[in-house]
Amino acid sequence: MKVTLLPMWRTLASIDRRIIYLLLTIVVVLPLIIHPKIKVRVSEPVRAAFKSIEKLPQNSVVMISIDFDPSSAPEVQPMLIAILRHCFKKNLKVILTGQLALGLPLGEIALNQVSGEYNKVYGKDYINIGYRPGSTALMVGIGREIRDFFKTDYQGVPLDSFEFMRRVHNYHDIALLVTLAHGAVADAWIQYAGARFNQKIIVGCTGVNAPNMYQYLSAQQIAGLIGGLQGASEYETLVEKPGAATLGMPAQSTAHALLIILLIIGNIGFILTKKKK
Amino acid sequence: MSGDLIGTWLAATLTIAIFSFLYRDNPLYRAAEHVYVGISAGFAVIYAWAFDVYPMLVESFKAQLGAKNYFEAYILVIPALLGLAMLLRSIPKLTWISRWPISFTIGIGAGLGLIAAIQGYLLPQIFDTLRPLVTINNAIIYIGVITTLTYFYFSREHRGLTGVVARIGIIFIMVAFGASFGYTVMARVSLLIGRFYFLFHDWLPLIR
Repeated sequence: MKVTLLPMWRTLASIDRRIIYLLLTIVVVLPLIIHPKIKVRVSEPVRAAFKSIEKLPQNSVVMISIDFDPSSAPEVQPMLIAILRHCFKKNLKVILTGQLALGLPLGEIALNQVSGEYNKVYGKDYINIGYRPGSTALMVGIGREIRDFFKTDYQGVPLDSFEFMRRVHNYHDIALLVTLAHGAVADAWIQYAGARFNQKIIVGCTGVNAPNMYQYLSAQQIAGLIGGLQGASEYETLVEKPGAATLGMPAQSTAHALLIILLIIGNIGFILTKKKK
Repeated sequence: MSGDLIGTWLAATLTIAIFSFLYRDNPLYRAAEHVYVGISAGFAVIYAWAFDVYPMLVESFKAQLGAKNYFEAYILVIPALLGLAMLLRSIPKLTWISRWPISFTIGIGAGLGLIAAIQGYLLPQIFDTLRPLVTINNAIIYIGVITTLTYFYFSREHRGLTGVVARIGIIFIMVAFGASFGYTVMARVSLLIGRFYFLFHDWLPLIR
């Protein structure tokens, strides 16, 4: 029996990669089109992030830093949209900034989309202060005075011409910092703004980065963590507004199932072939 | 509106061109790759000028001169010269001058980084590791930290007790790599979903 099955396993274990790509395409595209409903279970780190925003009093200032670029947008952009919806629903004031110049337009797209949904007005409810170079020096500098780096918003309008910005000078005036990152920028915010100025921070990051963030969550250096598309879909569930992340989760599940099946087939083929030798 | 339509078709064409690499390397893929790199570089240059050099150097210089703050105006010449010196890396005979701004930035980076590493990373993580040994989870953390550190202790040969402890450390390292790999797979599949979502939602309206 084993002898007759061996060629089959060997063939399966050495399947052409293009067939695997085709299978992966099918299992990703079909759920996106059919759109099956799956239940999203909310994890504790995401719930903690949600609660951090939920318990802020009205008119508190939330600073959102766009620390990702288009290469990570499918994962992180849904988080940004969900968080903006949560902030505007709670009548919080939003300051949008970013440490990656290429990511700022994504922040602007999300702001334009969500502010319209909640009838929020630029300058009164939110502003975009854009990008300034300096990275870590900037993070430390905001601890003293935000105007040392951002005298104006991204359109060149002085910060003090916006009413709610007149009371924002440094981290003391920012109730929560949200870093949406695809690299080490989140670590920098935690180490410079969090550790030095006790700034409360929540992190939204790509799946690749998420494992590195759990250590900060465990040490209570961050108040919440949203990891990858799964985390984004959990946050969308909490704000009761399913979006691109929730739509993508069935495809994510079927793709993972396919990968697990392929891993098992590959390993069985490998073990049997090794035994035969 | 027509601009959006052209943009969507262009993005869809470039996405398919990039996907074509999965079959095999081809000129269409290489063209899309070059366009991506070129546009990213061009965008970064424009952004650096619009949000960095112009407002923080040119505009600031003019404003300070206008306000007759001559010291604040002319001190901006120093960072401007350091910035120009950085560009001299491309001239072999003058490369040595670029070491000044490099040393300046390394100095700032090291100074800020040293404090951040100790205050923002090392100490909080050590405090979080030193937990009371009252739960199984806390005991596992101790075992994981000690055995992993033993694996990276190379001043003693990994034989006998040290070898056993180091091998247990490998198990913890492998579990960490496994978790990291799992998340990485999820991230890559998410990017694929994102592209297909764009193709079937924004380009071809198959997804509502």
